[in-house]
Amino acid sequence: MLVAGIILVLTVIAYLAKVVGGFEGVQFSPTVSVIVVILLAASLLWILVLTLKGRLIGRRVVFLYVGIAVSLPLFMSISQKIVISPETQQLYDAISELPSGAKVLVSFDYDPPSAPELQPMAEAFLYYCFTHDFKVIVIGLWPQGPQQANLAIDKLLALPEIEAKNLQYGIDYVNLGYQAGNEFVIQRMGGSFESMFPTDYSGHPYSDLELVRNIRNFSNIDYSFNLSAGYPGTQEWVQVAVDRYGLSMGGGNTAVQAPMMYTYLQAGQLAGLLGGMNGAAEFEKLVGREDKGTRFMLSQSFAHMVVIAFILIGNVAFIVGGRKKKL
Amino acid sequence: MRREIPLAITGIVGVVFVVQYFIPHFPFSRMNDWFSDWFSIVQACAIWLGALNLLKISAQKIAARKSDWIYSIVIVACFFLIVIIGFIEGESFRGQGTAFSWLYDYVYTPLSATMFAILAFFVASASYRAFRARNFEATLLLGAAFFVMLGRVPVGDMLTAFLPDGYRLSALASWVMNFPQAAGQRAIMIGIALGIVSTSLRIILGIERSHLGGE
Amino acid sequence: MNPIRISLLNLPLSRCLVRIAIFSIFFGLLSVISISAQQSADTANAVPDSQLVEFALSPPFEVSAKDTPNDGGGSITVIWQRSADDLPNGIVTEYRVMRSNADQPEVFAEVGDVAAGETKPTYRYHDGNASDDEQYYYKVAAVTISGDDAETTQEVVAESDVTGPVSSSAQWFDWRRINAFVGVLLLCGFIMFYINRAKAGKKIFIRKIAGLDAVDEAVGRATEMGKKIFYIPGTQDMDNVQTIAGVTILGRVAEKAAQYDTWLEVPVSRSLVMVTAKEVVKEAYAKAGRPDAFHEDQVHYLTDDQFGYAAGIDGMVVREKPATIFYMGAFYAESLILAETGNSIGAIQIAGTGMPSQLPFFVAACDYTLIGEELFAASAYLSREPKLIGSLKGQDVGKGLILAAILLGILLETFNVWNFSSLFSVIN
Repeated sequence: MLVAGIILVLTVIAYLAKVVGGFEGVQFSPTVSVIVVILLAASLLWILVLTLKGRLIGRRVVFLYVGIAVSLPLFMSISQKIVISPETQQLYDAISELPSGAKVLVSFDYDPPSAPELQPMAEAFLYYCFTHDFKVIVIGLWPQGPQQANLAIDKLLALPEIEAKNLQYGIDYVNLGYQAGNEFVIQRMGGSFESMFPTDYSGHPYSDLELVRNIRNFSNIDYSFNLSAGYPGTQEWVQVAVDRYGLSMGGGNTAVQAPMMYTYLQAGQLAGLLGGMNGAAEFEKLVGREDKGTRFMLSQSFAHMVVIAFILIGNVAFIVGGRKKKL
Repeated sequence: MRREIPLAITGIVGVVFVVQYFIPHFPFSRMNDWFSDWFSIVQACAIWLGALNLLKISAQKIAARKSDWIYSIVIVACFFLIVIIGFIEGESFRGQGTAFSWLYDYVYTPLSATMFAILAFFVASASYRAFRARNFEATLLLGAAFFVMLGRVPVGDMLTAFLPDGYRLSALASWVMNFPQAAGQRAIMIGIALGIVSTSLRIILGIERSHLGGE
Repeated sequence: MNPIRISLLNLPLSRCLVRIAIFSIFFGLLSVISISAQQSADTANAVPDSQLVEFALSPPFEVSAKDTPNDGGGSITVIWQRSADDLPNGIVTEYRVMRSNADQPEVFAEVGDVAAGETKPTYRYHDGNASDDEQYYYKVAAVTISGDDAETTQEVVAESDVTGPVSSSAQWFDWRRINAFVGVLLLCGFIMFYINRAKAGKKIFIRKIAGLDAVDEAVGRATEMGKKIFYIPGTQDMDNVQTIAGVTILGRVAEKAAQYDTWLEVPVSRSLVMVTAKEVVKEAYAKAGRPDAFHEDQVHYLTDDQFGYAAGIDGMVVREKPATIFYMGAFYAESLILAETGNSIGAIQIAGTGMPSQLPFFVAACDYTLIGEELFAASAYLSREPKLIGSLKGQDVGKGLILAAILLGILLETFNVWNFSSLFSVIN
């Protein structure tokens, strides 16, 4: 507990130093990183010993360790090899087959709380689209979605390789904004995009935008990518746009939602799936631009390890408790 | 009449929604749009009911100095702060550099993200408590959780680097997700879909009326 | 057969004509060379853009246009076979679909474009801007665009034959959905049949659902402890069937709470749910013979915001420490945030949801969980009304049919006898 407390305090100090300024480069050296990991493991072992002695820990201790496991790796310099999963590879293969100039619809169906997982996916996907000269049409079925899209687009447009392409709004990409109505919006887009998005995010009429002027409905879209954090999201897109209008589509989902999407993946209703931070990191690797998704994977690895450790400790407590009962 | 009119609306709209799926011809092709427009309009108007209810309950708490009335002051103050700033800034209230967008970026977004982030802590405490090898099924669940959690992060493959490619933990996790997990999900989803059909039919036919406040 | 038309951007017409005349001698030869050259994967890249003008572009062929079937009208589908120059790494950039109407058949205007380079040889374009009472002619042009800026851009266009006349029309039945139609008829038929049987007095067995049997115990516990019951009907609106199921169960729980004289509080996240839930609770209290015990404030609105709502409920749970919490309806990521907080104060928790991804969280944190269809069966189970129970039986027969179809499909497809799954596809 003491060790965990010290590590937490160090983490907070390191974070504050980074935020306040002057210490932007706060990063543990590999040696310090390894020492911190060993300390963390030792303290977990100590908890295991305590549990074996019959002293059970409370949930606050679990919280403390999760906090440490998520925040400490942000300062560590440990690299890990990202392995590409079949579903991420499938998404990459699907977009690799698209010709230059293909029209890609990207629906941003999430808001800031789920941005840590979905924004890296959005950036990696748009990066691939922009570098391969796809025409990108952005919409949002969540009110904050188009805003998230703009954040990603602005960030990418500032990159030298994208800047060199001199992409034009209205010709190479458009943001049609948010439309209320959930799956009814998708259904009506099957008839006409313009009826649902008479103007873009900034108020330009649909017919004035060269990119979408001749796009009537899903039949004019080559591929679609949905970033989803809940309802409406990938499930609704699959049920309406894919099943009823034959849209070819890939999904980017939060880790909580992703397991449900595997059913659509296997049935061929989804052409590729990115699940959680892991999916984002894998896709970043495939498109050749490793960014936040990859960096945050270390935190995810640590958090998983800590949760596994506590599941083991919990089982030890269960067995010890069971023995006591038997005695 | 208090029940008959809602029942009639439910029945007509329900049948039209089913029929329009099979008939693309006008007017059926447009009916779905009309009804969904009406739902959006009713829903938008109803927001006021909710907002007024929230204010009423909070005001009552403050007036009666009920327990925790101080939180009600925070609710009322925040409500009016956002509404007033939104109105003052007019149509461009969502634009860059507005007070509204500042509140959105630096108050609302971090608060929402914090709530979502709490999930990480709760997942850990729930796993600690729930994944116990109580019996054979629970042990299977425990094993699956163990391997998937390890296999979904690069550490899993690092630990099993001695195995040939395709047999490491990431491959095992992928197999669990793609087959046993997806099969279970499908079974539940089919059951849910049938439940939705059955419930919808009961509602459309007026057999189920509890949601209208009666048998 | 229309003559191939070549337009050269940024060049005077006279110079174009001269160039065309000079190079026309070589056209046939060069086109043959270009086609054969493109058949090897890397040769096409060897042709510099600046020389694109030096050979002919093959037009798309077998262009046909027909009314888009199974739609509400206003759409014509144009289908064509790819140009001979549109092979992997070929030089065709895009296809332009052009349309004229019967009044001026010679005046064609572009209605849309399709990116070239597809692996399949057949292309199709849905012209959704047609009017049902007009007749149209179509032609498709293969286009090659080269050059990086306006100064150097060259565009070579090869047009197909004209096809038409064709007009669009609306259909009265979408035949692609006949399988869904049969499925709906079968399922609804079974449900109706068993509802009628139940009405006729036929006894129908319904298995025990532990979570619903525990409702009495959960309400009773709150009464004994003198504490509140919280009922959370999900975070979605009334257009979600799960919310309706949640509100339906609320009626039964409210009736019990009224009988036991226990305070039931229903914080909701949607205004329409608030209005409906208020009505349901009020009726339940009246039915229990305690209309005076109902208070308007029992059902109250918090916020539409997902995590704002979760924070609000968590705060109330921690402060007021209810003895019992029900979660019945559609939930997303807030499920575990709510259920873990409830668990931390030691409340007895009964959850039910049709969101498969949230079920594990509820199972881990709650005492009882209604899994998927059990949520929809709850109303029938709690009321024991024959008509409602009959519908469950019909639903089970539907499930039996699906199981049989799955088994049959596995057999037929595993032994490659017949593509059984195509029966269930709704896309042409």
